[in-house]
Amino acid sequence: MTLYLLKRLAVLVASTAVAGVVVFAFMALLPGDPAEIALGVNATPEAVAALREQFGTDRPPVVQFLDWFGGLAQGDFGTSYVTSAPIGPQISDRLGVTAVLVLGGMAVAVAIAVPLGTFAAVHHRNPLGAAISAVSQIGIAIPAFLAGILLVFVFAVKAQALPSGGYVPIADSPGEWLRSLLLPWLSLGLVQGAVLTRYVRSAVLDVMREDYLRTARAKGRGSTGALWRHGLRNASIPVVTVLGLQLATLLIGAVVVERVFVIPGLGDLLLNGVAGRDLLLVQGVVMVLVAAVLLINFVVDVAYHLLDPRLR
Amino acid sequence: MRGRINAGLVAGGVLVGLVVLAAVVSFFWTPHDPTLVDAARKLREPGGGYLLGADKFGRDTFSQLMVGARTTLYVGIVAVGIAAVLGTPLGMAAGMTPRGWLSELIMRVNDLVFAFPALLLAVMLGAVYGAGTLTAMIAIGVATVPAFARVARAATLQVMVTDYVLAARAAGRGRAAIAVRHVLPNIGSVLIVQASVSFAIAILAEAALSFLGFGTRPPTPSWGRMLQESQELLFSTPRLALWPGLAIALAVLGFNLLGDGLRDYLDPKLRRIRAEG
Repeated sequence: MTLYLLKRLAVLVASTAVAGVVVFAFMALLPGDPAEIALGVNATPEAVAALREQFGTDRPPVVQFLDWFGGLAQGDFGTSYVTSAPIGPQISDRLGVTAVLVLGGMAVAVAIAVPLGTFAAVHHRNPLGAAISAVSQIGIAIPAFLAGILLVFVFAVKAQALPSGGYVPIADSPGEWLRSLLLPWLSLGLVQGAVLTRYVRSAVLDVMREDYLRTARAKGRGSTGALWRHGLRNASIPVVTVLGLQLATLLIGAVVVERVFVIPGLGDLLLNGVAGRDLLLVQGVVMVLVAAVLLINFVVDVAYHLLDPRLR
Repeated sequence: MRGRINAGLVAGGVLVGLVVLAAVVSFFWTPHDPTLVDAARKLREPGGGYLLGADKFGRDTFSQLMVGARTTLYVGIVAVGIAAVLGTPLGMAAGMTPRGWLSELIMRVNDLVFAFPALLLAVMLGAVYGAGTLTAMIAIGVATVPAFARVARAATLQVMVTDYVLAARAAGRGRAAIAVRHVLPNIGSVLIVQASVSFAIAILAEAALSFLGFGTRPPTPSWGRMLQESQELLFSTPRLALWPGLAIALAVLGFNLLGDGLRDYLDPKLRRIRAEG
């Protein structure tokens, strides 16, 4: 296990480094010199050269990359060429908001999918189980931002029970904070819950056919008891994998949902950065999101090994 | 042996057929010019030649939906095409040399690309080259390559241990010949299913990108942008969000059902396993 962990950790570090090169190289392709853009068309060559030196863009790309990537490890994302503000604090401010959004969405998805999927599997022969499968198929076809718009229509426009957008920090008012996040959580969670329901259903169906479950039933446990005690842990292995992949999907979905509900998270920061041509900011946010996806994949792989003793 | 034609296959086929029909007809005819701005028709109610009404610029919603279907299919076809053309050979190469360095390299690069979701790629491409339909298609296509490569690799691994491949190898056929004559035809059905599922994901991605302003640029109609433009009018004119939303959901549902249906139809073994369950 330790050997596996070390190997997997090495892969994580290597892929993050390569991803860093890719992100950096991509942004280096950007036409135009940040110093020239910042100073406008009437700048003297001396002023441009001076600013270039200040930005550090006069150095060879390899040095620039090492400087940027080395800084990341210490939480230093550099200083924006456009706003002259340090980027690290902006990202860490937004990271919490996005994390809460994603984890809440995941919680909604799990709360929907585990009971519904298990129920659909246990009752797969009767109409209600089939109906759950059909509804989940429809849920999959609705993107998170569309779900968001529908939820706003129902809960904000019609029922006028919840705000249609905006974000209230928890420190200002915990109640309003919760109200401002309920619809975003649901928009992310309902859709992913629909996807997850299908995986839970098929995973539970798979273990229901296993011999050990039949043995448990033969030993006199009720089928619910047998499933509860022996089935769900085994069914959880494929589900955890999907859950991890979904966490990555949710992270990206959050970028769009933040736009729908005007929530100041990482997605909002990223899109504002692109709109303002703030190269280093975009580079930093993209890197954080990519690193998060890589980290999630790492955690999933490790969890997979922990859950399945056959792999140890 | 082929499976039965199933309900999902028919429903999926009908939905996809409708999208294709709308797109094809839109080349020759739409009720109105979908891009014609006319203040007199601003937010016109449905009726009188305007089946679904007009938007805040007075553009006919139904005509926009028809041309939007074209945008959706165009992006989907190119994106899935990129993914299939790049992903299939890579997956096959990895599957035919399961223990070689090539396989290891391909799968590692695959994992890395997997960490760059379509949306991030599109935002990066958009920042560098300016966002548009082309950058959206390339981003979605590249982000879909790992899915194809994985599926192609898994299917190739299965084909490589069959008797007919062993026989071909014993007969001295080269790798390329085996790949073309034996592997590709036998993993074809898996790839078709993957294409259908990827198409559904591509539609979702295009809609999200257009919604964010990183996809199809105005004035070309796109379902995602129709949704984005309708959002501010949700309180007064919710129908403007309803139709493009419905179009996206039905198109995605169609391709997903088609994929599932094809899987059952092309691979009856899977269907039997599911029926036993």
